[in-house]
Amino acid sequence: MNRTSSDAVITIEHLWAGYDRDTVLEDVSLTVHEHDFMGLIGPNGGGKTTLVKVLLGLLSPTRGRVRVMGVPPKKGRRYIGYVPQVVAFDRDFPVRVWDVVRMGRLGRRRLLQPYNAEDDAEVAEALSQVEMLRFKDRSIGALSGGQRQRVYIARALAAQPEILLLDEPTASVDPQVTTSIYELLQSLNAHMTIVMISHDVGAISSYVKTVGCLNRHLFYHEDDQLSPEMLELAYQCPIDLIAHGVPHRVLPEHGEHGSG
Amino acid sequence: MIQSIADALSYTFMQNALIAGLLVSVACGIIGALVVVNRIVFISGGIAHAAYGGIGLGYLFKYNLLPTLMAGSAAALSDRPGYFPIAGAILFSLLSALAMGWVQRRTRQRTDTVIGVMWAIGMALGIVFVDLTQGYKVDLMSYLFGSILAVKRGELVVILILDLIIVGAVMLFYKELLALSFDETFATVQNVPVDAIYLLLLCMIALTVVMLMRVVGLILVIAMLTMPAAIAGRFVRDLKRMMALAVGLGLVFTTLGLWVSYAWNLTSGAAIILVSGSGYLLSLALKPWLSRI
Repeated sequence: MNRTSSDAVITIEHLWAGYDRDTVLEDVSLTVHEHDFMGLIGPNGGGKTTLVKVLLGLLSPTRGRVRVMGVPPKKGRRYIGYVPQVVAFDRDFPVRVWDVVRMGRLGRRRLLQPYNAEDDAEVAEALSQVEMLRFKDRSIGALSGGQRQRVYIARALAAQPEILLLDEPTASVDPQVTTSIYELLQSLNAHMTIVMISHDVGAISSYVKTVGCLNRHLFYHEDDQLSPEMLELAYQCPIDLIAHGVPHRVLPEHGEHGSG
Repeated sequence: MIQSIADALSYTFMQNALIAGLLVSVACGIIGALVVVNRIVFISGGIAHAAYGGIGLGYLFKYNLLPTLMAGSAAALSDRPGYFPIAGAILFSLLSALAMGWVQRRTRQRTDTVIGVMWAIGMALGIVFVDLTQGYKVDLMSYLFGSILAVKRGELVVILILDLIIVGAVMLFYKELLALSFDETFATVQNVPVDAIYLLLLCMIALTVVMLMRVVGLILVIAMLTMPAAIAGRFVRDLKRMMALAVGLGLVFTTLGLWVSYAWNLTSGAAIILVSGSGYLLSLALKPWLSRI
């Protein structure tokens, strides 16, 4: 793994962040390299969403330095394709799939500047990438959870991002749909960096290249191995997790730990 | 019945009322759709009641910007009963909209509390201002329940101008308004100036509210903003179509409501709202059949 710092797309150095006097992230340092597929897992309240907010420039760090494509998040976020969680969604909102995906082009069009043919081409391209083009005139509320998640991925892709940042992309979809979303992400990973937040330890680890555990602190080793120690540090209840079934590829047997 | 409609239309006040209904439906449908999808019905009510402070102020100073703007053509307007201090109302509702938006965006206070406080203060200020006014005292009822039958030609012009401003602004900023309404966080990440667009939306609500105050009255503003849009939202899957359908429904409701109030001698604002309410209930009942088509 001859990685240099020049191919880093996200660098976080000694980040502290939180709300008012309530610190959620403590001394988090992380480098995401180009074409990485990073999974960040951790318990609820462990700071996953806070980290997303910091990366998107929605929350300023209290301490530390964050760079996205070499610039602060507020400037760097135009390189990020953001895919939010699909929970708390208004099914009655009158908007078509096409118009939702076109919102991914907003960053390219200033106020008073209408969408143009180039935007339409990008929207069509993004929709066919996620195999949702034939649903373009559907109402967003009429889609299933998995289809909606694909539309949100298309919206992020329409921005032509360098980095895809997903917050719990499989939080509200069935297991087989989860698999198809991870496979889609894996194919997208060929030409873009992906950072994915999840609390789903089992599924995430079969697809990602590197994995980290987030619970106030970040436990991260730049490979796809989740050591029992990392999980224990992050969750403070490793036995419970193993009982729920973690693929053996992620959690090596105690004997083979370290051989990778 | 045709004869009675013809009779009704021969009155100038009836013609003015119908035109006012038409003009108000346009703003109502467009802004109402945005209010409904953004779930800011309560803030619209807050702006409406705070605007009452502006009306009180208008009476207190017996000063209306409109006659000065229109070169004195309606200089004596403020002395007649039925005078509507529209400049004061517009100014006050815009200020209250901006204040509510600002407070809501900047502080961590509970939004509905802030709106409730400003709602009450605006209304109380209006009443105190009217108390302090010498001479002719305004009839509070006409602001609570509207007086569409007293709308004058000059006011129609003002409502038309406000309509044009609202339609123009929504057309110019449609993509940002849609993005803000659907997913504010994503819009922010796309570097849409969400705070400015939100304040613009609140200002447009304020302008609409001032118009509606004249036509259906303060109390009924919320219903008129929401009902046509809410009905429309049940049958379309596109915000633009929701706006268009809401405009059409508003037109039908105001016209039908006016006719009902004329035929049975009922308060026009209340009649319009009851017609709208019947339409809303009907849409709930018809939804299963209509969606099957």
